Amino acid sequence: MSLLHFAVLLPFLYTVFVPLFFKKLPRVHTGWFVLIVPLLLFVYFAAQFPLRSGSAPLFQSLSWIPSLGIRFDLHLDGLSMLFALIITGIGFLVIVYSIYYMSKEREALHNFYIYLLVFMGAMLGIVLSDNLMVLYVFWEATSVSSFLLIAYWFQRKRSRYGAQKAMLITVTGGFAMLLGFLMLGSAAGTFSIREIVAMKEVIVNDSLFIPAMLLVLLGAFTKSAQFPFHIWLPDAMEAPTPISAYLHSATMVKAGVYLVARMTPVFGGHMSWFWIITIIGIVTLFWGAFMAIRQFDLKALLAYSTISQLGLIMSLLGIGSLALHTNYEAQAMLFSGAILAAVFHLFNHSIFKGSLFMVVGILDHETGTRDIRKLGGLLSLMPVSFSLTIIGGLSMAGLPPFSGFLSKEMFFTGVLTAYQHIDQWVVLLPIVAWLASVFTFVYCLVFVFKTFTGTYRPERLDKKPHEAPAGMLVSPIVLATLVLVIFFFPNLISYTLLEPAMRSVLPSLLQPGEVFEVDIKPWHGFNTELFMTVGIVVMGSLLYKTYKKWSDIYYNLPRKFDFNHMYDKGLTGAERLSARVTNFYMNGFLHSYLSYIFTFVIIVVGGSFLLQRAFAIDPSTNAVIEWHEYLLAVSIAVSSGFVLFVNSRLTSIIGVGAVGYLVSLLFVIFRAPDLALTQLVVETITTALFLLCFYFLPKLKTEVVRIRVKVSNLLISIGVGTVFTLIGISAQSTNPFKPISHFFLNSYELSGARNMVNSILVDFRAFDTMLESVVLFTAGIGVYTLINLRKSRREKR
Amino acid sequence: MKFSDLILQTAAKVLVFIIMTFSIYILFAGHHNPGGGFIGGLITASALMLLYVAFDVETIQEIIPVDFKVIGAIGVLMALLTGIGAIVADVPFLTQVYRYVDLPLLGKTGLGSALVFDLGVYLAVIGTTMTIIRSISEDM
Repeated sequence: MSLLHFAVLLPFLYTVFVPLFFKKLPRVHTGWFVLIVPLLLFVYFAAQFPLRSGSAPLFQSLSWIPSLGIRFDLHLDGLSMLFALIITGIGFLVIVYSIYYMSKEREALHNFYIYLLVFMGAMLGIVLSDNLMVLYVFWEATSVSSFLLIAYWFQRKRSRYGAQKAMLITVTGGFAMLLGFLMLGSAAGTFSIREIVAMKEVIVNDSLFIPAMLLVLLGAFTKSAQFPFHIWLPDAMEAPTPISAYLHSATMVKAGVYLVARMTPVFGGHMSWFWIITIIGIVTLFWGAFMAIRQFDLKALLAYSTISQLGLIMSLLGIGSLALHTNYEAQAMLFSGAILAAVFHLFNHSIFKGSLFMVVGILDHETGTRDIRKLGGLLSLMPVSFSLTIIGGLSMAGLPPFSGFLSKEMFFTGVLTAYQHIDQWVVLLPIVAWLASVFTFVYCLVFVFKTFTGTYRPERLDKKPHEAPAGMLVSPIVLATLVLVIFFFPNLISYTLLEPAMRSVLPSLLQPGEVFEVDIKPWHGFNTELFMTVGIVVMGSLLYKTYKKWSDIYYNLPRKFDFNHMYDKGLTGAERLSARVTNFYMNGFLHSYLSYIFTFVIIVVGGSFLLQRAFAIDPSTNAVIEWHEYLLAVSIAVSSGFVLFVNSRLTSIIGVGAVGYLVSLLFVIFRAPDLALTQLVVETITTALFLLCFYFLPKLKTEVVRIRVKVSNLLISIGVGTVFTLIGISAQSTNPFKPISHFFLNSYELSGARNMVNSILVDFRAFDTMLESVVLFTAGIGVYTLINLRKSRREKR
Repeated sequence: MKFSDLILQTAAKVLVFIIMTFSIYILFAGHHNPGGGFIGGLITASALMLLYVAFDVETIQEIIPVDFKVIGAIGVLMALLTGIGAIVADVPFLTQVYRYVDLPLLGKTGLGSALVFDLGVYLAVIGTTMTIIRSISEDM
């Protein structure tokens, strides 16, 4: 257990105390107590900063499930560092913001902060894990905490719907990813990412290479809301706004981006990796930007914009992966620029989108609505929020003097590089990128101007708007300041934060000790990129002005292509299908259920014995059967037969009891006192229980049963009897396995007990006994619950 | 339901103590002789059941005012905690230890963590059986 492990586990451990703070100190907002966690973690990660000097990344090992090759190994390199700082830094700001956003009187804050902390820990786990299985566990933990946070206001139907949608889509992708990880693991013989990267040559030639790649990408695309899996993100906006700012724009949705970056050393350099990621990314970029314009809800607009920006980062990672391709060795450094652009834009997006979400939260909080049809003219009322929106929005649009401009220019360089070096028709890439950027510019204008300019219509607002309290403004101001600072001094982070991250995405490109050239400059002269930006501003303003004329295309989109519609249809269809399947065999008759169980027993057990030719009857080793043993056997048979023909339930209960007692006599004869004792007592208790239940049972009556049912009953009972008798005889006749009983003979030396049976129960196989007690107790609680449920229902009537 | 079977009630009063004593003997004897927590628990349960049959539910509830669900939960937890105790001592889960100690009156006695485990099983069995029986009989 190292400090690094403790850092990942700290948020989880801290959750234990959150309810205490909430319950015992209700007068202080719980957020203040939680704030210390991201603060400590941020300081801790920032203190690990001298990654720049090319020193070896921090690596801490901890054995978890060694028999399966699963080690809880943590690995802090440049990429992890970038993410860890974003997770803890933005986490800190979001919690500060949430203290003013979430009311301590009305909200269940303990739940909120517990989910938030679980998410923070899980996210740190994802970006620090070196082991794929550990990464997967944390991955699903983020899905679960995201589910809980989206459904935080679970009274609302939309929240529940959004939470379910996010869960279904991301967890489906997560499962696919797990499969991909297993394939990778079997190809490489290890789950350690570092070892897998080292064995790249072996994996590339493995037949599972392409399937593993596709499955891992499915996981990454669902998590990062890539087209066509993006539909969950707009619905996830039902979460409280601090959560949207944190999970659904700055961190969790970037987990997919992280995974792609992390896996680039393994898969990168393969053409299909490049094509899939670049195309999906660019389509997502376009579709997200295009759809964002039509949104009326500011958060939905930002959600589509997040989708679009994630697509941008994805496509950059796709282009950058070509740096590892053998055909493009000469242009490797050119393509590596795309990776730099990707990590840079990832950072920029986290800060400007975080601040924009917080501003939307402020608007929602102060005006009571997020609908741009109701908002307008807030400029003079909320000047600070307006400035923040301008900074965030124009950074998103890619204009100077904001940091988004720098990474946007680098993005254009990336797509132009791809076009110049791959093929003629790849010219589509910069064209679509440019178009998407035009739409990005338009929705940024919509966001800024529809809310803050125009006519002020207070009659449409629920509250009288005014500027937010200072506490709420602190976090977005910090982020917006960063946006400005990064534009003027990009090299503050370029060699310290971005270059190490880039180095861990493209480790094989450098000789030890070398570093990438990552001087970021705002001015490159009059080049194509600059003209593209100018074109965006011109074209974008034009489209914004003429929006009314072309907005019809949104309403003429065929419904068939609406993925939300497909999702809903699929969900109801799946529900209907499973209901039909379930109702087909769950008909409520105990008789049917017993038939299923016994038929399966006959088929599976008897069938496998037949197939294995395991039935064997060999009486030669048997001892001589004594006359009293015959007598007992006959009595058992007679009393079982007797049960079949009696007309009263009481008699049949007694008959069944007699069978049990006679069997325990058999145990006595064969010198198994423990078994005999147990059987006797169990028989007593069950007979008593039977008599108790007897009260509820209807009188036995000669039922009119169809002959077909009778025959099938007969066949099933004869089948079960025959199979088990044969198995018993076979077990006694043959001895295919080496007996282990001699081990237990030493029970006195091994466990200090002379009673072998009991020492097996409490010592050698104590795990079985423990779980059996748990099962027994669970069954007891089940009976209690069922009966009390029935009672309370009866009382209601 | 009110029974007033005098013979059964008188006999039950005596028998319950005999059965109880036997069940506790069985629990402790399990280490070297036939017996153990499971059987012991069932025998105790059958003694309690005899009380329920001889008297009515309400009377017994007054005499033994325990919640058998809690007893069962304590039993399961005890079994689990002996296992976790092994982890704390840095040996694999559920490793049992035993020592011989000289106790006053009893002399040289073997004490093992297995006994605590078995006691857990004993309580879990009583708790579960009685929970079931009580719920069903209260439903009448």
